Formats: sequence, C-alpha cells, structure tokens
Amino acid sequence: MIKAIGKPLEEIIGNVQDAGKVLVAGCDGCVTVCEAGGLKEAKVLASALRLYYTQAGKPAQVDEVSLTRQCDKEYLAQLSDRIDDYDAVISLACGAGCQFLTEMYNHKVVFPGVDTCFIGVNEERGYFTERCQACGRCILAETGGICPIARCSKRMLNGPCGGSDKGKCEVNPDIPCGWELIYERLKTLGQLDRFENPVAPKDWTSSRDGGPRKIVREDLRI
Amino acid sequence: MRLQYPPSLRIIEVPCSGKVDIVHLLLAFEQGADGVMVVGCLEGDCHYQAGNLYAKKRVGRVKEILEKVGLGGERIGMFNLSSGMGGKFAEYVREMTGKVLELGPSPIRTAKATAAGPGAVEVAPS
Repeated sequence: MIKAIGKPLEEIIGNVQDAGKVLVAGCDGCVTVCEAGGLKEAKVLASALRLYYTQAGKPAQVDEVSLTRQCDKEYLAQLSDRIDDYDAVISLACGAGCQFLTEMYNHKVVFPGVDTCFIGVNEERGYFTERCQACGRCILAETGGICPIARCSKRMLNGPCGGSDKGKCEVNPDIPCGWELIYERLKTLGQLDRFENPVAPKDWTSSRDGGPRKIVREDLRI
Repeated sequence: MRLQYPPSLRIIEVPCSGKVDIVHLLLAFEQGADGVMVVGCLEGDCHYQAGNLYAKKRVGRVKEILEKVGLGGERIGMFNLSSGMGGKFAEYVREMTGKVLELGPSPIRTAKATAAGPGAVEVAPS
C-alpha cells in the first residue's frame, strides 16, 4: 500500500493560520493503515488545530471527517454539501487523493496534511519499508521475486555493484543490498543459473520517463 | 492512610493506561484542563504487557503537539506507580499541581472564559 507520514504540525499551522473554518479530511484507505491520515489522525490534527486557534485568540472552527477513499469521486462527492462551509481543507490522503479532492472542488483551497512516501509494506507496526516503485513493467519473475528497482539504491538491473559490502548497501549500512537479496533468493530456489542470462535493458517509458501515466481499460469502462 | 493531596484533581479511571489515547488527552486540554497526569503501572508490570509503554509514547506525542500549538509540553506528564504506592501518588499529584500552578491557567481555559464573558474565569484551587 501507499505509505505516508504526517507533515510537521508547524507546517500545517503555517498553511491554515489565517483560515477561519477548516475541514480536516482523512482517508480510510492506505493512509489509515500506516496511521498517517485516517479518522484518528484527522481527529488528532483537528484537536491540535483547535488548541492552536484558541490559545492564539483566533476564532475558528475546525471539523474532521474521513472518507472511504479520496481517490474515488463517489466518496469525494460526500463532501459536496458541506465543503463550502469551510475556508480551507486539509487532506490527509496520499498525493493522489489530495489532488483528486482539489480537482473535484477546484474553487476550494486544499492543503496536504501528509507527505506521501512510497509503495511499501508493514514490517511491524510503525515500521514501513519500500517494495515497489510502480515502474509499470514488473520484472519480479526474472529476479526471484525481489525488485531491483525498488530494493537496489541504483536501480541496477544486473547487480550487485561494487558498493555491496557484506550484504549491505554503500548508501547506508541499514539498507540490505537488493542484489544480495536476489542472489540469496535465487540460491534458495536453486536458480542461480539465472545470473548467466543478464536482465535485458528496461523500457522506462512505462515509468516516469514516459510522462504522467494512465491505464485505460475499455473492458471496464461504461 | 488518609493521605492528603490537592483537591484540584479529577480522576478518570480506565482499565489500563494503554486505553488512554492521544485524542482523549487532547480533548482534556480542549475542555480547559490546566494539566493532565497519566498514571500507569510500573514499567514491566503492565497486566496487559505493554499498555503503560504505549501510554508513555502517547504522552510524549501529546507533549510535542502541546509545544507546537503554544500550550507547552510541561502541562502533561506520565507517572508510573503500583497500587500499593499511595504515598508516592499523593507526592506526584502535589508535584504536578505545583508545576501547573507555576505555569498558570491553561490559555485555552482563559480564552474560553474570556469568550464566555466577564466573571466567568474559574480560579484554580491552590
């Protein structure tokens, strides 16, 4: 899922300090799982903002809501009858949800409340790590199910490089070398012979090199 | 034991300090509390394993929030006691009450009282 982290409170306060009525809009999707932008985080932020406004002697109204998803118009539509009651909206959804909210209510000032970080997994509660960079052309079948694009700091297609040291990356000793992981995995699978066939150059047009991407599924469209 | 401690304290019982959420703590301040004590079991003695450790982290987070919104993080504190430490509890309450009196009334309570009109300011019991 998409992983995000809450923006510093002072940055959010800086954005909305002059707004009289603020709506904090959480998202019940990915950001709820990584505890960055769900209903609870919306409540905490709204409460913190109310404390800020009150102690600063600024009359303000701060409410919170959480939508099932902010990356679907159907759920964003639930705000249509109340969004005009507010001067500003703080979206706690990922960058996609925040932008979709902006597109749907383009007359409204919308601020992001989280920094969207990566597509990753929950290793433990509060410990999230990256697994996918959404490059648009998955090569996991060729690399033992471990992605060199996401797990190798250099995104090397044929590794490891000379910076791999005792299974760790030269960028940071906390980072496991992606290619060491691939090697170990292929060894476990008895498929080390795969290293005899280098991975072919990748077509990056399906990644960001091709500009903003879209998927059109005619079989699904009405 | 008939221990004496300041009457300014309102005790809210919960099954475990791990039940106390950030939202609850912030709500107390929103409602005008001058200070909040979270009193959990001794570290390592939680009947639910780690409730008091969760509470400690949440208190830490609320401290940060209170600093950033201008209330000051000293208005909240985490304390660890066993049920047999009544004397220490009274001491902690006196300590926290003294600290809060030093800090003065919560700006939230003052602002609310000002908004409510003249004569509405509550005086903190000494």
